[in-house]
Amino acid sequence: MSFSAVNILGTMPEIYLTFFGCILLILETMVPKEKRPWLAYFTIIGLVFAMVASIGLNGKGLPLYSGLYIIDPFSNFFKITIYAAAIITVLLSLPYLEQEDIHIGEYYAFLLFSVVGMMVMVSAGDLITLFLGIELMSLCFYVLVGLKRDSTRSVEAAFKYFLLGAFSAAILLFGISFLYGAAGTETISGLANFINNPGALRPMVIVGMILTLVGFTFKVSAVPFHMWTPDVYEGAPTVVTGFMAAAAKIAAFGVFLRVFWVAFSGNRHDWDLLIILISILSMAVGNLVAILQTNLKRMLAYSSIGHAGYALMGLLLPNRESLFALLFYVFTYMFMTLGAFGVILMMRKKGVEGEDISDFTGLHKRHPVAAFVMLIFMFSLAGIPPFGGFLAKFYIFFAVIHAGYTWLAIVGVLFAAIGAYYYIKIVMAMYMKEPEETVVFQSTPMGRLALFLTAGTTLILGVYPAPFVEYIKSSLALFVP
Amino acid sequence: MTFLSIPILTFLIFFPIVSALLLLPFRAIPNSDRTVRILALVLTCVEFLLSLDLILGMHHGSYQMQFTEDHLWIPFANIHYSLGVDGISIVLIVMTTFLLPMCVLTSWKGISTRVVEFMMTLLILEGIMVAVFSATDFVLFYVFWEAMLIPMYLIIGVWGGPNRLYATIKFFLYTLAGSLLLLLVIVSLYFVGGHTFNIVQLMGQHYSRTFQDFAFLAMFAAFAVKVPMFPFHTWLPDAHVEAPTAGSVILASVMLKMGAYGFLRFSLPMFPDASHFFTPLIFGLSLAGIIWGAMMALAQEDMKKLIAYSSVSHMGIVTLGIFVFNYQGIEGAMMGMINHGVTTGALFLCVGVLYDRTHSRQLSDYGGIAKVMPVFSTMFMIFSMSSLGLPGLNSFVGEFLVLLGTFRTHMALATLATTVIVLAALYMLYLLTRVIWGVYVQRTWSLPDLNRYEWGALLPLVLVVIWIGVEPNPLLSFLHASVSHLIGQVQGAAPLASLR
Repeated sequence: MSFSAVNILGTMPEIYLTFFGCILLILETMVPKEKRPWLAYFTIIGLVFAMVASIGLNGKGLPLYSGLYIIDPFSNFFKITIYAAAIITVLLSLPYLEQEDIHIGEYYAFLLFSVVGMMVMVSAGDLITLFLGIELMSLCFYVLVGLKRDSTRSVEAAFKYFLLGAFSAAILLFGISFLYGAAGTETISGLANFINNPGALRPMVIVGMILTLVGFTFKVSAVPFHMWTPDVYEGAPTVVTGFMAAAAKIAAFGVFLRVFWVAFSGNRHDWDLLIILISILSMAVGNLVAILQTNLKRMLAYSSIGHAGYALMGLLLPNRESLFALLFYVFTYMFMTLGAFGVILMMRKKGVEGEDISDFTGLHKRHPVAAFVMLIFMFSLAGIPPFGGFLAKFYIFFAVIHAGYTWLAIVGVLFAAIGAYYYIKIVMAMYMKEPEETVVFQSTPMGRLALFLTAGTTLILGVYPAPFVEYIKSSLALFVP
Repeated sequence: MTFLSIPILTFLIFFPIVSALLLLPFRAIPNSDRTVRILALVLTCVEFLLSLDLILGMHHGSYQMQFTEDHLWIPFANIHYSLGVDGISIVLIVMTTFLLPMCVLTSWKGISTRVVEFMMTLLILEGIMVAVFSATDFVLFYVFWEAMLIPMYLIIGVWGGPNRLYATIKFFLYTLAGSLLLLLVIVSLYFVGGHTFNIVQLMGQHYSRTFQDFAFLAMFAAFAVKVPMFPFHTWLPDAHVEAPTAGSVILASVMLKMGAYGFLRFSLPMFPDASHFFTPLIFGLSLAGIIWGAMMALAQEDMKKLIAYSSVSHMGIVTLGIFVFNYQGIEGAMMGMINHGVTTGALFLCVGVLYDRTHSRQLSDYGGIAKVMPVFSTMFMIFSMSSLGLPGLNSFVGEFLVLLGTFRTHMALATLATTVIVLAALYMLYLLTRVIWGVYVQRTWSLPDLNRYEWGALLPLVLVVIWIGVEPNPLLSFLHASVSHLIGQVQGAAPLASLR
């Protein structure tokens, strides 16, 4: 391994953010309590720096550190999406953290460190690097989920997430060790070469592959490893939930794609049925159980399980359509879900969050703009045009039918119709019922900016998606065989 | 040739949508309801006048898409923003823009809360409906086809009656479930039909029989729900009863036509073999709809439900006419669509006039209206007569043509379908007897005759009803070229089907 200038330069965004995170930890001790909003601005500056650096590196398919780390347009797409999610999250955090009285400087540092973890995940060219990225991200989230120390729900969620997360990490590591045992290498390209070789040790590879699959499905919260999702999403502070649902999921899909498309492309037929099964189960459980929820955060948790099912269908065939569909899906999903959580965290009911569906009744009468923004997110999540969620689903079905799985598309469509019900239920509550006086919608300029960005992008993604489409197309240029 | 040197279709689509956004500032101005109503009326009238440009500039002899526009919209999977109209869609677009001012007028007194939002929703809906009839890219079509659900959902759900929650969710889920299968057909067509979403190019292909059968059935699900055909019609009465008058008018006059338009535009020319094969199914369901709808109409106490069920019956005639695959049948069906749009829309306006005064739609609350509202009663009677197919008024033309076309090929079917005329006479006369004739009982409400807004809404419709009834040829002349081309497309496949 060499520490040449190229390697340092290529990982500049990661280095920036780590540096900013460390500075934040120091600043936190020096900045008085009432000046803490400056920490948020400082975080945004760091993220923008990193984003500029990543854009500057775009287009170069660089294997760095002897192939342990890969900077290519594909990883840059994921990184830029994650920065965007993080910036919106910081915009939403400021008022929320103050209201919940958990405004501590370490929050921003942990946020940045988790972003670094995600960046390592999507750039990993080696399974151990990948594992380090996942662990860095997860450890930060264990802390962030339990940020509300005096709330039992939050602590319980953090504990649950920690136990199950540690367990799944162990399974993932176990799988990696099998793969290493079989192939004698843990770089992704080395594994791919080994598996393409007809004399590969198949049983060991399959065991290793299934164990890594378990680890990844846990991270994207797909059935049957989804159990943690509703509890953690409900218990965590809402900004953290939004950030988890948006960014952590995207990063997990990034590694999922990289490992299964590159390393396991040779034994595709060993796992495509498993993916189909997982995706059908996720759509079924996510969409059906969401109908029964009365807590909006829980409902969105189940909805996120369902959405993972849709996105997973994009893994099925190694062609541009599938990859494009998956990237477009996670990109769109990030804006929709972050925005929806953003609306939830601005609903206040006697000093606490109004997170029940009944708290949204009659929102249209009192806060027409908030209700309209939520309407955009709900219709978009349901996949109704002219919003981005429709095109995302469209491209997924496009890829699935191209792959020849028309029956799977029919199943997906049926669950989409069922899923529409619970999203419409929210719209119904907001627009067609009489308001409850106790709940108010409190927004700050920063929060409004975040909602404007997410809602606007959701709409643009459905109406004039051409620039985004071009960008995603360019980012998968080097990746598709 | 067009008289305005602008891309007229894009203008017709986005003029109402943009002007809706311009109404938004009026939310902040107190007591601006009246201004907003007047503005909305002016805007919809301007839109109607602009749409006349299509009629004036159209080539009558050509079946080709006219006023075409084409731009790349999404640079992945070759999705275009392409528009174009032929005779069939021009007639439907003009009908839509003609009815919208009536919708604004009928909401003058009927809608008193959130007027700005209502008018905005109405205008956005108008733009989307025009777009549905003029899109020639399949994905673009689908986007508008589904996007239409949102404003319609809000119109029923926000300004609707007491049971609106149930009605809206039923309406939404029924139509959504049907449409999603259509989406799969669209995507499959892309791969089977040469990697394009262009409707005209997709029509030019020949598809394998199995694909045709599956695709036809999936499309059928989408269109049959919208029409609505017999077993899929149950959302319609609920939605109509809860919708405000303007919502009912749009639902009956425009949205139901979209299902039939879908059959004409997509199912027939793209899947001719399957269309022939499934004809018995469509005939059976149409006939069931004709009779069932009429019988149900006879049993209703609620005026709106009665008219809603009569729609099911009349739309049965339309689908019947489409699938007899001859000139009279299809032109009759087109006429039927226009006539149903005008007449049923007018009937819903009439019910709205009564409802605004009494807040009741129950037949038992009325009787002897003719004594106090003579002008209204006259108009109501004209529309009822039109609905029951009185010769000399509009509906007769369409129904007669359909029955004639059916009679040429399926005599027994035509005989059974003729019951529509008898049954329609029964329920319409029943409605008239209960509401207009009989003894007038003074109740707590007062029943003044039509005010000027209601005059404005109903009089143009009376004129159209009589005009089409007396002289249908100008209207038919728009359809000839497109319909004969369509018949050519379907007939071309007929020998193949019979060989099987």
